[in-house]
Amino acid sequence: MTDAPLIRLSAITKTYGRGQAAFQALKGIDLLIGQGDFVAIMGPSGSGKSTAMNILGCLDTPSSGSYEFQGVHVERLTRNQRALLRRNYLGFVFQGFNLLARTTALENVELPLIYRGEAAAARHAAARAALAQVGLQGWEDHTPGELSGGQQQRVAIARAIVTRPAVLLADEPTGNLDTHTSQEILDLIGALNRERGITVLMVTHEPDMAAHAKRVVRFVDGRVESDRRNGEAA
Amino acid sequence: MLWNTLLLALRAIRRNLMRSFLTILGIVIGVAAVITMVTLGNGATQSVSDQISSMGSNLLMLRPGQRFGPGAEGAPNFKLADAEAIRNQIGSAQAVAPVVSKTVTAVYQARNWSTVVTGSSNDYFRAGNWELSAGRSFSEAEERSGKAVCVIGETVRDKLFGRQNPVGSEIRIKQFACEVIGLLKPKGQSAMGSDQDDTVVMPLRTVQRRLTGSQDVNRLTVSVREGASIDAVKDQLTLLLRERRKVGGNEEDDFRVMDTRQIAEALTGTTRVLTMLLGAVAAVSLLVGGIGIMNIMLVSVTERTREIGIRLAIGALEREVLLQFLIEAVVLSSLGGLIGIALATGASIALAGAMGVPYLFDPGINLLSFLFSAAIGVIFGFFPARRAAGLNPIDALRHE
Repeated sequence: MTDAPLIRLSAITKTYGRGQAAFQALKGIDLLIGQGDFVAIMGPSGSGKSTAMNILGCLDTPSSGSYEFQGVHVERLTRNQRALLRRNYLGFVFQGFNLLARTTALENVELPLIYRGEAAAARHAAARAALAQVGLQGWEDHTPGELSGGQQQRVAIARAIVTRPAVLLADEPTGNLDTHTSQEILDLIGALNRERGITVLMVTHEPDMAAHAKRVVRFVDGRVESDRRNGEAA
Repeated sequence: MLWNTLLLALRAIRRNLMRSFLTILGIVIGVAAVITMVTLGNGATQSVSDQISSMGSNLLMLRPGQRFGPGAEGAPNFKLADAEAIRNQIGSAQAVAPVVSKTVTAVYQARNWSTVVTGSSNDYFRAGNWELSAGRSFSEAEERSGKAVCVIGETVRDKLFGRQNPVGSEIRIKQFACEVIGLLKPKGQSAMGSDQDDTVVMPLRTVQRRLTGSQDVNRLTVSVREGASIDAVKDQLTLLLRERRKVGGNEEDDFRVMDTRQIAEALTGTTRVLTMLLGAVAAVSLLVGGIGIMNIMLVSVTERTREIGIRLAIGALEREVLLQFLIEAVVLSSLGGLIGIALATGASIALAGAMGVPYLFDPGINLLSFLFSAAIGVIFGFFPARRAAGLNPIDALRHE
């Protein structure tokens, strides 16, 4: 990757609690992520990989350090500015899917477009196209309760990509799925990265899943332990 | 933004139909109960004051003793001479009716009916706004000689004569026969709830001689000439009667003069207190409805907090989320309030008809309970959401 980095983390720390009970989840993270990369973030439980992911996704704020997104210092943004950054540049896929219950797949996928203020016709078309892209044509009117886990995650991916985000953040996207379905989801995410140039950041603890990525960053105890490109010697 | 947020709010209501229904139900019942109770209470108050004003606004009632109502212990009764003195000395007194009454059984052929016989003069009809639907009132000779003639009310006619014309027939009261010379137009229930048409009126002297056996008069009814001051007449009456009844300078009156306004106030005061009581009970049900809403909102707060987390994560602004929840709460509680008002209007009209009181639309109580219900909905629907929307998105997403 020779482009200017899309994301630059410098000396990011995150501390939960205060005083005696304080727990430092991140102890100074430096990370550069370029446009179009596919980064798997690995590490044991409690290594801080999810915390780092939440900070990267602007869902949480670092205790100290700087986070530049396309040259903008995210740590200096207000709450609303971070919300707009999420709205316009980021897409999320969670382990628990996080779809709105009793709401059809189409309406779930439309949701980010409603916040963007898009007109109904454009919204419907974009949402249908996104669902088609994840292979859910014909399932538009089903609610999450009527869909399998893999299908729900596809709806979540459709919701994440319907806004054509710069970065797709996936926090253990296959954690609740069986091996076969996990492969399908990973293939889908890999295709989005290859074909649409979406930068993908994915937290996972399964090496099989990490093998799909171009680059693997390994967290241990709140620090980056290793950072290598797939295909390089370990 | 507003239009989109409205869309989101309506979608949220639609996909939580059960929760929305329960939220509305509490408000509907509360609002309907408050409005119905207060409306019926107002109707009852109105019907009481209507009945009193049918007595005429220029009427004064004099009773011996200080207490209002029957049984004036201790104080001596009035005499016929008191009535004559009032008629002669107080120019503003238009009609002065001395009244004696006694409960008797009236008999016509095989039928009998227990009623109240009133002994008075033609002034009684004038003061009490009575009109005749058949026959005539007393002649001067009949009044003077105490002849056995009577004018009967519609209820007595119905019980003794059925649909037959009673004028000219004779009814028997105690040991004497009495010719019916007139029939009164019906007046309906009195303010106290008794049947005003259940009456037999005879000349005063007839009752005194044949029924009570004394010269006493139970009460005096005085109607005041139009344009004259009721308060002035009351003062003159008090002065005159104190003198005639030899009440000492520092002693209290041993009689009471009341005007219809005072009677109206005493009676409508009672129904007004009842209205307030019913309204208070209904208000409790509105409050319970509010607590029900709070309960539903708190139960759903976990799910809603996660929902708020999802919305924030995909880029909703805090104020957009808040506006959505506010609209949801306002739509639900307004809908509940409106349904409640509609229900209350139907129930009030039906119940007012069944109870025989007028239906009076009270915009104040409708507005008040609508605003109260809206406030409950907004407070309990909006404030939990406000807390959730202030969280970090990730904390909201992980809310358990």
